[in-house]
Amino acid sequence: MMAGMTAPHPSRTAGQKNDTTLGHIVYVLKDNPVTMLAFAMLAFFMGCALFGPLLVPYDPLATNAARALEAPSWDHWFGTDNLGRDVFSRVVIATRLDLTISVAAVALSFVIGSILGSITGYWGGWLDAVLNRLLDTIMAFPLFVLAMGVVAALGNTIENIIYATAIINIPFYARLVRAEVNIRRNAGFAQAAKLAGNSDLRVLAVHIFPNALPPMMVQVSLNLGWAILNAAGLSFIGLGVRPPTPEWGIMVAEGANFIVSGEWWMAVFPGLWLMLAVFTFNLLGDGLRDIVDPRKRT
Amino acid sequence: MLSIKDLSVAFKTRKGEVNAVRGISLNLSKGETLGIVGESGSGKSVTSYALMRILDAGGEIRTGDVTYGGIDLRAASEKDMRDIRGREISMIFQNPRAALNPIRRVGRQVEDVLIRHAQATRQDAKAKAIAALEAVKINDAAARYEAYPFELSGGMCQRIVIAIALACKPQLLIADEPTTGLDITTQKAVMDLVGDLAKERGMGMILITHDLGLASQYCDRIVVMKDGLIVEEGEPGRMFTEPNHAYTRKLVDATPRLGASIRSLLPPEARRPEPTHKVHARPLLEVRDLVKTYPGKSGPVQAVKGISFDINAGQSLGLVGESGSGKSTTSEMIVRLQDPTSGNILFDGHDIASTPSAHFMRHAARRDIQMVFQDATDSLNPRGTAASAIAEPLARIEGMRGTKLAARVSDLADLVGLPQSLLSRFPHQLSGGQKARVGIARAIALEPKLLILDEPTAALDVSIQALVLNLLVDLRAYMGMSYLFVSHDLNVVRLLCDKVLVMKQGEIVDHGPTATVMDKPSNPYTRTLIEAAPQPPEPVAA
Repeated sequence: MMAGMTAPHPSRTAGQKNDTTLGHIVYVLKDNPVTMLAFAMLAFFMGCALFGPLLVPYDPLATNAARALEAPSWDHWFGTDNLGRDVFSRVVIATRLDLTISVAAVALSFVIGSILGSITGYWGGWLDAVLNRLLDTIMAFPLFVLAMGVVAALGNTIENIIYATAIINIPFYARLVRAEVNIRRNAGFAQAAKLAGNSDLRVLAVHIFPNALPPMMVQVSLNLGWAILNAAGLSFIGLGVRPPTPEWGIMVAEGANFIVSGEWWMAVFPGLWLMLAVFTFNLLGDGLRDIVDPRKRT
Repeated sequence: MLSIKDLSVAFKTRKGEVNAVRGISLNLSKGETLGIVGESGSGKSVTSYALMRILDAGGEIRTGDVTYGGIDLRAASEKDMRDIRGREISMIFQNPRAALNPIRRVGRQVEDVLIRHAQATRQDAKAKAIAALEAVKINDAAARYEAYPFELSGGMCQRIVIAIALACKPQLLIADEPTTGLDITTQKAVMDLVGDLAKERGMGMILITHDLGLASQYCDRIVVMKDGLIVEEGEPGRMFTEPNHAYTRKLVDATPRLGASIRSLLPPEARRPEPTHKVHARPLLEVRDLVKTYPGKSGPVQAVKGISFDINAGQSLGLVGESGSGKSTTSEMIVRLQDPTSGNILFDGHDIASTPSAHFMRHAARRDIQMVFQDATDSLNPRGTAASAIAEPLARIEGMRGTKLAARVSDLADLVGLPQSLLSRFPHQLSGGQKARVGIARAIALEPKLLILDEPTAALDVSIQALVLNLLVDLRAYMGMSYLFVSHDLNVVRLLCDKVLVMKQGEIVDHGPTATVMDKPSNPYTRTLIEAAPQPPEPVAA
């Protein structure tokens, strides 16, 4: 008897190219050339990180006193440093380490911040008050100084740089998630999920939290750039990766000593590379948000 | 005074160009009230935005002339338009709270428009603003002048918006769904006020609405729009008695009114005999002395003040009341999303109020009490497809998986008349009526014994409302469910329910069989509600 009920609107033709995830990503990239550029640059940096050791012309650690402090040439595109190491090879090799630090730190703060923010935003009450004051305290410190303190106290290792960078970023994620969760905790779909037999925890994790992803993606991409700067900054002041490991921050720090004497390439090329990486991540945000937002798939 | 000739408006979107208005012509003489009636997507609002030149980004007037009192509005400079808006042509919008600046005193907002159009100086602005507030019959206007929008009720906010719109004594007022979202008695008060003011000042008015009944009551002439075109134009009385166009007939049929039956809302060719539902003598739900108290800033607030009622198995109970009457709180307590402060809810003889709502998902009665939410859009997860929404209760409570689950979801889609091809869509890719069907399919997936319907058709167009109401009647007979139908629309309750409860300020003020309560109202409050509902003229039998 129900078969006779007709739909209020004739069904539109389904199965268009935009409906698939891949088709949607292609649309987002085509729609905005800046996003396209950002993704191309990201692919380039990922390539450097994954295949860098296979591509570079020289061993990044091999010294050659005979060819120290040479200006950029066809042999050494970015010149050589004071120990005769190839700056280009060192810059490319360093990509893997710098990206690892920033991605790991951002992932860690994303996860911890999301959990804290979800709990405070959904349940509120005294837990919300206590956690928020704790986050306020972290945010009240000059963040770089806090990171310096953490590394100085825990010791000068790559893991500790990651932890320090993660700790100073947690409050931003927690605040963002808290706000996004809070406005949805009484939304109709959350209540409907409860009627469908979901516990509070499941409603929060499966139904509410994913809706916070679009703004989170913007935060993640800005944060990745910022985390790279932070890691490089720590290394620059000697509280991070230790020489002779190639790392952009140390290379800038070492090169800075030679700028006065005219050997500019030692500091400028790692610096430019660092700037490009940060720039890439900053551009990435809008595109990532559009990709994870189902509403953009009209 | 206003003449629109062959106007067409197009919007640029991702899927190419959309023609929202496709060549319409309209005339409005001085002092006339014109109703533009149409369902969502008909282009009725776009028409008014186009003549005010406030189209959204991407919208553009393609062809046509818009002349107002000899001024070509399409060619006028932006500076001239700014002078015209508010002084010559004013507009009032759907959501009065959104139309007011939340952090400015309402009196100041009236002053702003007076000063902008040089109708007042800084010295006399306050006096003139208070006079403007008095003109819209706001009591104690001098005190209200100091209020912020959040301190005022929805109806009061709409009065302020009207005061702002009329402060500079415009010649033309455009009212875009001015009473949608307001209570039925407030709607009547606001519409009476606007109608009286228009008459008093000899002001022309365009009333844009989806409610044919409302338009017929307040307009001299009505145009019906569909898909960007005017399909019919004429006097309201004639429109109801002898609609010329098939679409107008469909709208007239679908408008709930006195003497209509649920099937008569559908177009004649879709009217099948109405199925009967069996009401048992055994009570399914017994509510006893239910109380809900919220902690408030100035002492506890009693939202529900000890109410008791029964719903028999198979029976449909209508719960009627205005906003703040406690009807939503009551339904949320029964569906176990909220815990009552005191009182019992007996379902099939067992007290379900003793299990806290946070643990109720594991209660045996969870599957038997389900709900269809008011706002179909808000009640669907924007990141989930229609199929995943319908599958959720089956997977969580029934533990259904894989092909069995998919088959059941597709059966449910058939049952509610949702085309299979739409199951993979996200909510924003569905129309309002389709989303309502998804919400109903989800609620009936577990074949509940009691279904709570919280204004399930409030956000729908009348023709879609007619389809959804008929679907609910069919499902009730087919599955033998009991309904608790929460609504502010008495005409709809009359069509669907066996019994009615009228709530006011947390108390039941009137109850009884629908026929008794609605047709021979003995309670003065019930009578006020019934009289406030717009009563369209009787159509001739189809």
